[in-house]
Amino acid sequence: MTAYILCFILFLVGLYGVITRRNLVKIAISLSVMELSTFLLFALIGYADGGVAPIVDPSNPAKVYVDPMPQALVLTAIVIGLATTAMLMATIIRLYRKYGTFDIREIKNLKG
Amino acid sequence: MNPLIPLFVAIPLSGAFIDMILGRFIKGFSRYFTPVIILALASMSIYSAATAGTNPSVYYVGGWEPVKGIPVGICMVMDGFSVLMLCIINIVGFLSAFYSISYIKRFTSDNFYYALFCLMTAGMNGVVLSGDLFNIFVFLEISVISAYALVAFGVEKNELEASFKYQVLGSLASFFILAGIALIYWKTKTLNIADIRETLKPGYDRPFYIFVELLILSGFGIKAAIIPFHAWLPDAHSSAPSPISAMLSGVLIKAAGIYLIIRLFFNLFEINESVAVLITTLGALSMVIGVFLAIGQWDIKRLLAYHSISQMGYVVLSVGMGMILISRGVRHEIAMLAIAGGLYHLVNHAAFKGLLFLNAGAIEYTLGTRDLKEMGGLGKSMPATSATSFIASMSISGIPPFNGFFSKIIIIIAAVMARFYFLAFLAILVSIITLASFLKFQRYAFYNREDAKVEKGIKEVPFPMVFSMVIMSLLCIILSLLAFPGIRDAILTPATDILTDPAKYKDLVIGI
Repeated sequence: MTAYILCFILFLVGLYGVITRRNLVKIAISLSVMELSTFLLFALIGYADGGVAPIVDPSNPAKVYVDPMPQALVLTAIVIGLATTAMLMATIIRLYRKYGTFDIREIKNLKG
Repeated sequence: MNPLIPLFVAIPLSGAFIDMILGRFIKGFSRYFTPVIILALASMSIYSAATAGTNPSVYYVGGWEPVKGIPVGICMVMDGFSVLMLCIINIVGFLSAFYSISYIKRFTSDNFYYALFCLMTAGMNGVVLSGDLFNIFVFLEISVISAYALVAFGVEKNELEASFKYQVLGSLASFFILAGIALIYWKTKTLNIADIRETLKPGYDRPFYIFVELLILSGFGIKAAIIPFHAWLPDAHSSAPSPISAMLSGVLIKAAGIYLIIRLFFNLFEINESVAVLITTLGALSMVIGVFLAIGQWDIKRLLAYHSISQMGYVVLSVGMGMILISRGVRHEIAMLAIAGGLYHLVNHAAFKGLLFLNAGAIEYTLGTRDLKEMGGLGKSMPATSATSFIASMSISGIPPFNGFFSKIIIIIAAVMARFYFLAFLAILVSIITLASFLKFQRYAFYNREDAKVEKGIKEVPFPMVFSMVIMSLLCIILSLLAFPGIRDAILTPATDILTDPAKYKDLVIGI
């Protein structure tokens, strides 16, 4: 249970960062923290205490296996997260070239 | 096994790669190739609508059929509701791609544009066809990542800022959705929508699922820009190139947001009254606040973007009313009417909002401005744009005989019959304010002024743009036929049936 609570705290840390930071790159980092906490939650769900890799051993039916499904899903989600982060970073670089600053308070052309 | 189903994802996905590879060697290749493949998809979706509406089908990826009622592989489901969405996506997609032939000449590197366009179409087709939660997430990400890139396609200050906002909020939504999927998997150990529904036997952990429902609702609410989560939409939709605005507003917020909210809350979760009331309230809020935010706008595309929020409010409102009635277990036929009205408005909104954004693009293409105050007197020099935008404006404000009138009247009748008089009053009020707002748009853009300031050298936009706008305006008129009983039974009734009867969906996917 502690692991799940720590995972939730990590999510909140990321959320705090997204809300309070003024620097574009720091916002991106906070988003990555949130993302990783979600992945961690997903991986924890498949975890079984004392479990081994799920290669079925007929001689010992009492063995505990971890659930491989969340691991496969998290791998897919990590690849997607990579694409999102790359896209976000590319946007930040272009924003810096246009505005000459990373400060979110000075990037406010759009409103209303 | 319907062999057409995987093609809806495979064709645009491979089209994106072919665009990038061959477009490099043959000049102008992707410009003509992309509309052709999306036209093929559109004809396939119309064919499917004619056949699959009454006879839904399932495709098991890799041939992994369910074993003893337990699905082992990924499945893709084509039922009445998916087919409706496929038609919207591919027809609006084709018209936008065709429109882009002239429009995109303003930008460099059109290969990238068309490749991203194909990827976005592939992602949305995948979202509406998938019957598996995690697959939905993957396809959703494919479509929204391409949308992030397309919003920023102009790479000027405004576009980049809008895209950054969209990306931060969109990523936040993705984490909520992923956490929701993880929690569902934790409880049920399966990801298949029909199979998850099977595990919700009486006596299951209700409070846990309420939490998951709220997580999923806020995730998809951000993607669909329902009112408390709407901050990104006006920026993103007004900064994107116009054909992409038409795609985002006409299709993406529906496929990535509204479709999934409706699908998951009917076919996956058990409907309960508190969540249904919450959804109806969100719908009513976005309907009213969206239109009040729209009325003060002077930028055409921002005005249209705020109207998207408001019109999506109608859809969410009427589907929510249906959910309330179903959860109370009373007056099933009125619930069916409300849901059918919502889905009908969803289809209509794709037609008229797509058309309005294409009109805005045509005006921007000619004048180079989006400010209503600098326009005027375009009615004579751009007759096709003027006529089609008049049809679309009347359609969105609910003037007969255009399609918007029929769907709004169905929603209002359903609200009155279900005795939600206040909601019916709000729907009528919002419709009137919408009319006022679009009369302002018509007057300032097309009539108002006769002086020489904008007259010089203004002529009608090139043929591909006119063609797309005319076809869209014809759709606005033809879609009003859907209100008549015979046609409604063939197209809208299968969609509402599959939504209101989860057992039917389960039988379809898992088999009996």
